[in-house]
Amino acid sequence: MYSATGINCTPMAGAVVEDVKVLGLPLIPFVIRVLIALRLKRVEYELVEVQIAEPKSEILVKSNPVYKKIPVLLHRGKSICESAVIVQYIDEEWSDGSGSSSILPADPFDRALVRFWAAYIDDKLPAPVRALRWGTEAEKAAELAGQIRQALGLLEEAFVECGKGKGFFGGDAVGYLDIALGSCLGWIRALEKAKSVKLLDAEKLPRLTGWAERFLAEESVKGLVPDADEYQKFYAAAEARTSATPAA
Amino acid sequence: MDPAGGFDLELLGSWADSHTHRVQLALKLKGLPFEYREEDSLRPSAAVLLHNPVYGSLPVLLHRGRALLHSVVILQYLDEAWPSGRLLLPSDPCDRAAVRFWSHFADDKLAPSVAAVFSSCPGDGRKAAVDQVHQNLKLLERELGGGGAFEGRRFFGGDEIGLLDVVLGCGSYWLAVFEEVMEVKLVDPEAFPRFHAWLRDFEEQREVKETIPPIDKLLEYATAVRQMMLGGTGADDDNVVAVN
Repeated sequence: MYSATGINCTPMAGAVVEDVKVLGLPLIPFVIRVLIALRLKRVEYELVEVQIAEPKSEILVKSNPVYKKIPVLLHRGKSICESAVIVQYIDEEWSDGSGSSSILPADPFDRALVRFWAAYIDDKLPAPVRALRWGTEAEKAAELAGQIRQALGLLEEAFVECGKGKGFFGGDAVGYLDIALGSCLGWIRALEKAKSVKLLDAEKLPRLTGWAERFLAEESVKGLVPDADEYQKFYAAAEARTSATPAA
Repeated sequence: MDPAGGFDLELLGSWADSHTHRVQLALKLKGLPFEYREEDSLRPSAAVLLHNPVYGSLPVLLHRGRALLHSVVILQYLDEAWPSGRLLLPSDPCDRAAVRFWSHFADDKLAPSVAAVFSSCPGDGRKAAVDQVHQNLKLLERELGGGGAFEGRRFFGGDEIGLLDVVLGCGSYWLAVFEEVMEVKLVDPEAFPRFHAWLRDFEEQREVKETIPPIDKLLEYATAVRQMMLGGTGADDDNVVAVN
């Protein structure tokens, strides 16, 4: 049997009651994406925290044998892996037919556009963010910060095409691309604080800055994106554990 | 922008590029006429850079002048823009998730492992690269077997080929090519009977035969690239290999 802490989310008014579990940790952006998507669809879920460092939790290895990574969605005896796949599954499984609570846009070209930019985010952000967080060389840090800023710069432009003058990448409401990037905001803010570097610069990226404020204020998002201090606490604890462990 | 030559659909691609083949095959399966323009995958033309400024890569599908990028995104677009014809994706959300997951696996894990065999040096490096391909094929073999997501099916799409068949199939021909050029065994029919049978059936499909270049042309191409790599030109040939 696996050992995990189950965390029940507060039942919402009009919520769909089904047995939905998310294997994950609340600070991981890819997990946050899934939680926001479930909230948007008013689906109750249980967040099951798992061990992602070796030895990994048995339930994680069993339900994601290919990658052994979080998030994993467990629903009706099936396990769904990869955040992009999970969010689209959530959109399609809990579709009310009228498209009113749709996460992806209705128009096929717009869907292709957001899929492209969501893939771009995963291609360009996580690697430099992680490298910058854990790296120590100053020169390399400047280069990595530059890569992150460049990626955010392109997303600032993409916001115009996707948002069509409205407040979110998804237009009037939070959508697929808002979730893909918004889930990373805590990560980015934490990095800015920890490394004293400007990434989401209000002067250079005014649209994204305004969008970020609106995104974090949304009902479906509130409380799901940790702030910089929460990440700092987590990293400090992780570093303390690493320095306490004798070298292999 | 006016559609070229009266066609709504124009595909910019490269003859040896598996991602281009995916889109060509999908268009054929859906019965959609299109104009094809051959591009140099190494030296993107002005048109490619205009439509794909972020990556400058192929394929690019233009639909009434608007650019669609990334083969798997394009395939889903085709289903969504032409929903009344033959569909590439299944209708059930869980089945669709399985198709999307394994399509991601194809590009994230399988393709790079096959490319690594091609650029490997004889000895331990090659053996490790071949082992990695076997690990990945084992995962697919399992999915076609008992308890797998595609248990007992002739194709990943069921009785007919679907999106995942197109994604995996267009690229799997490199396995046979690299077996010959690199003198390794990748798809052993005894180790991977289901995968082997699936690939054979896939390549027998009429539309697939019309799309994938003859194997001797692919062999010639791969041999030339390999010789260039060994000649030490210093070029980054990992990108040349159309296992992308």
